[in-house]
Amino acid sequence: MHDIYTLGIDVGSTASKCIILKNGTEIAAKSLVDVGAGTSGPHRAIENVLARAGMEEHDIDYTLATGYGRNSLMGLADKQMSELSCHARGAYFLFPQVHTVIDIGGQDVKVMRIENGAMTNFQMNDKCAAGTGRFLDVMARVLEVKVDELGELGAQSTKRVEISSTCTVFAESEVISQLANGSDSRDIIAGIHRSVAHRVTGLARRIGVQDQVVMTGGVAQNQGIVGALQEELGCEIHTSPLTQYNGALGAALFAYQIAKKKAAKQS
Amino acid sequence: MAKEVSPGVKALRQVVEDVYAEAREAKKRGEPVGWSSSKFPCELAEAFGLHVVYPENQAAGIAANRDGEVMCQAAEDLAYDNDICGYARISLAYAAGKRAAKKLDPETLEVMINPETEKPYTELVDINEIWAMPEGEEKEKRLAAIKPYRQMQMPMPDFVLCCNNICNCMTKWYENIARMHNIPLVMIDIPYNNTVEVDDTYVAYIRGQFDKAIHQLEEISGKKFDEKKFEEACANANRTAQAWLKVCDYLQYKPAPMSGFDLFNHMADVVTARGRVAAAEAFELLATELEENVKTGKSTLPFPEDYRIMFEGIPCWPKLPALFRPLKKNGINVTAVVYAPAFGFVYNGLDEMVRAYCKAPNSVCLEQGVDWREGICRDNKVDGVLVHYNRSCKPWSGYMAEMQRRFTADLGIPCAGFDGDQADPRNFNEAQYETRVQGLVEAMEAARLAKEA
Repeated sequence: MHDIYTLGIDVGSTASKCIILKNGTEIAAKSLVDVGAGTSGPHRAIENVLARAGMEEHDIDYTLATGYGRNSLMGLADKQMSELSCHARGAYFLFPQVHTVIDIGGQDVKVMRIENGAMTNFQMNDKCAAGTGRFLDVMARVLEVKVDELGELGAQSTKRVEISSTCTVFAESEVISQLANGSDSRDIIAGIHRSVAHRVTGLARRIGVQDQVVMTGGVAQNQGIVGALQEELGCEIHTSPLTQYNGALGAALFAYQIAKKKAAKQS
Repeated sequence: MAKEVSPGVKALRQVVEDVYAEAREAKKRGEPVGWSSSKFPCELAEAFGLHVVYPENQAAGIAANRDGEVMCQAAEDLAYDNDICGYARISLAYAAGKRAAKKLDPETLEVMINPETEKPYTELVDINEIWAMPEGEEKEKRLAAIKPYRQMQMPMPDFVLCCNNICNCMTKWYENIARMHNIPLVMIDIPYNNTVEVDDTYVAYIRGQFDKAIHQLEEISGKKFDEKKFEEACANANRTAQAWLKVCDYLQYKPAPMSGFDLFNHMADVVTARGRVAAAEAFELLATELEENVKTGKSTLPFPEDYRIMFEGIPCWPKLPALFRPLKKNGINVTAVVYAPAFGFVYNGLDEMVRAYCKAPNSVCLEQGVDWREGICRDNKVDGVLVHYNRSCKPWSGYMAEMQRRFTADLGIPCAGFDGDQADPRNFNEAQYETRVQGLVEAMEAARLAKEA
C-alpha cells in the first residue's frame, strides 16, 4: 500500500493552520497564517504547507477542514468537521491519557470531555467574549504590548491586581483605571490571566474536570494563562509545542482515518 | 411545489384562524375582547363565552413573520429595556399601537419594493396615528399597508387575563397593558412550587383567586357565572389536552411518524383554543393520521431520521430555517420537547385543575423539571440534548446549566447549548449555532460507535 498523505486545515477566526500527515503518524509539513476565516489566510496556509512538503494538491489523499471558516472550503476540502472533535482528536494523539481538553480560541472557549479518544460531551462559552483570545488581544492593545509578550510580562508580577471577568468592555475600562491609578502593567497582566482562568474554570467545572487535562490553541502558549488555570483547577495542565496546530492535527488524523478506510476498500 | 398538508393539520390551522377571526368580528360588534397569557385557565373565560386572544402566540407569529426585530425595537424606543422578554416587547409595542407595515412612498403612497428581495420594505407605523387621520384615500392606503397576517391584525384588548405560572415577567407585562389601555386586569398568581407536590395552601390561595376572577368576568361580560357552561368548558379543555398529549406521544415511536418541530406549530391550537371542541377534534384527527403513518412507515419529517434529540426551550421563531438547516443536514429529528406536553392540562374537578395550572416549566422546582425532561428523554429515546439558552427567558435558561449536567450524568447522553432568542433575531448567531450542532452530532456519533463496539 502506498503512503497516505492527509491534510488538516483549521480555519479559525484569527488564524489559519494546516498540517500534512504521512500515514497518520508523521508530520510532513505545517503552516500558519495570522489571519483566519473570510481572508486570504486559508488559501495561503494551504499553499505554504504544500510547498513545504514539496507536494501538490493532487498528492493529498484526503483533506478535512475544521474551525469557524470550515464551510468556506467546501470545494477544496473533502469533509468538514467541528473544531470540537478535531481538538479532541489532536489532543488525544499527543496525550493518550487525556480526559479533558480546554481550547481557548480567538472567539470562543471550549471544554471537551474525552473517553477513549472520542469526544463524549462539551461546553462552549456563550456570546460573551470574556475569556477568549479576543479578550487578550483587546487587553494587549490597551497595555501597548504584543499579545505573545503577555505570558512573560505577567510572570514578572509582584503585586496582586484583580480584574473583573464579567465583560471584555468593562475589563478594558478596569485596566485603563488601574493604569491611571499607577498599577504596574505586569501586575495588571497577571490579573488578566487570572480573570481568564476564572472564566474558563467556570465553564470547565460545568462539564467536570478529569485528569489528564490538556490545553490546546494559541492561547496555551501563554504560560501565564496556563499557570493561572492550573491554580484555579488545582491540577496539572499539559500543553504541546504543537498547540496552535492542534485543531489542524485532529483534522488531518480524522482525514487519515477516512483515507485509510477508502484505501482498504479499494485494495 | 407546496408541501402537502394533511386534513388534520388543515383543521388545526383553521381552528387558530377562527379564534382570531371571531375575535375581530366580536370587536366589530362592540363585544369585549380579552388578551390572555398562554396558561391562564381558559375555562373561566370560555364559561362566559368571552372572546380571547393570546399575545404569546401573537408574538411568536410576528417573530416567525420576520417582524420581531422591528417590533422589539419599537418597544425599546418606548423605553422598555432590551433585556425584557422578546414576546413581551413585541406585545407591548403592539398594545401601544405599533404595527409592521409595507413601506409606502410618502408622495405616491405606493408600496415600495426592495429590488434585491422583490418584496416590500417594512416600516413601523402607529395605528393610533392612522386612526386619527381624516377619512380618505391616505388613511385607507395606510390601513391596508399594515401586514395582513392574523397576528398583525389582532384586535386591541378590553380586558387582560394574566396567570404567571408560565413566567414572572408576565405580571408586569400585563399590568403595563392594563394601564396603557385603562382596562381590567384579571390576575391569577401562581406561587413558585419549590416542592414536587403542590401544597394545599397553594390550592386554597388559587381557588380564592378563581372566585375573584369569576366576579371580575361577570362584570366584564355582563353575565352571571353558569356552572354548567364552566363544566362544559373544562370537559372540552380536558378532551383537547388528552388528544394533544396523544399527539405528543407519537414521538416515542422510532422512527417517529412526524417531525418534532411540527409540535411547535401545533402548539398554537393548544394555546389559543384548548377550551374548544374544534381543537379537540382537530387533534384527534391528527392522531389518527399519525397512527396511520406508524402503520405505513411514513413521517412528516422531510429526511431520514438518523439521530433523535430533545430540543430544550422555545424555538428561535425568527430563525426557524437557520435552526432547522443543520438538523436536517445531520438527520436529526427533535423527538422530545418538554414545552409541548406542558400544555396538556388533564384534571378531574376544581382542585385538580388548580394543581394542574400550578405546574408549568417555570413554576416548578429543579427536581420536577429534571424529572419531566429525563422521563421524556427516556420515553422518546433521544441520543442527545440541544439546549436553547434563550435571552428572552432568563428563568428557564437560568437553570439549564445544572439540568444539562444532570442529563449527561443520569442518561449518559451529550448535551450542547446555544445562545438565541425566541423573538429577537439580534440574539442568534447562525455560525455559533452550527458549530454546536455539529459538535453534538459528533459526540452522538462517538457514543453510537462506542455502543456498537
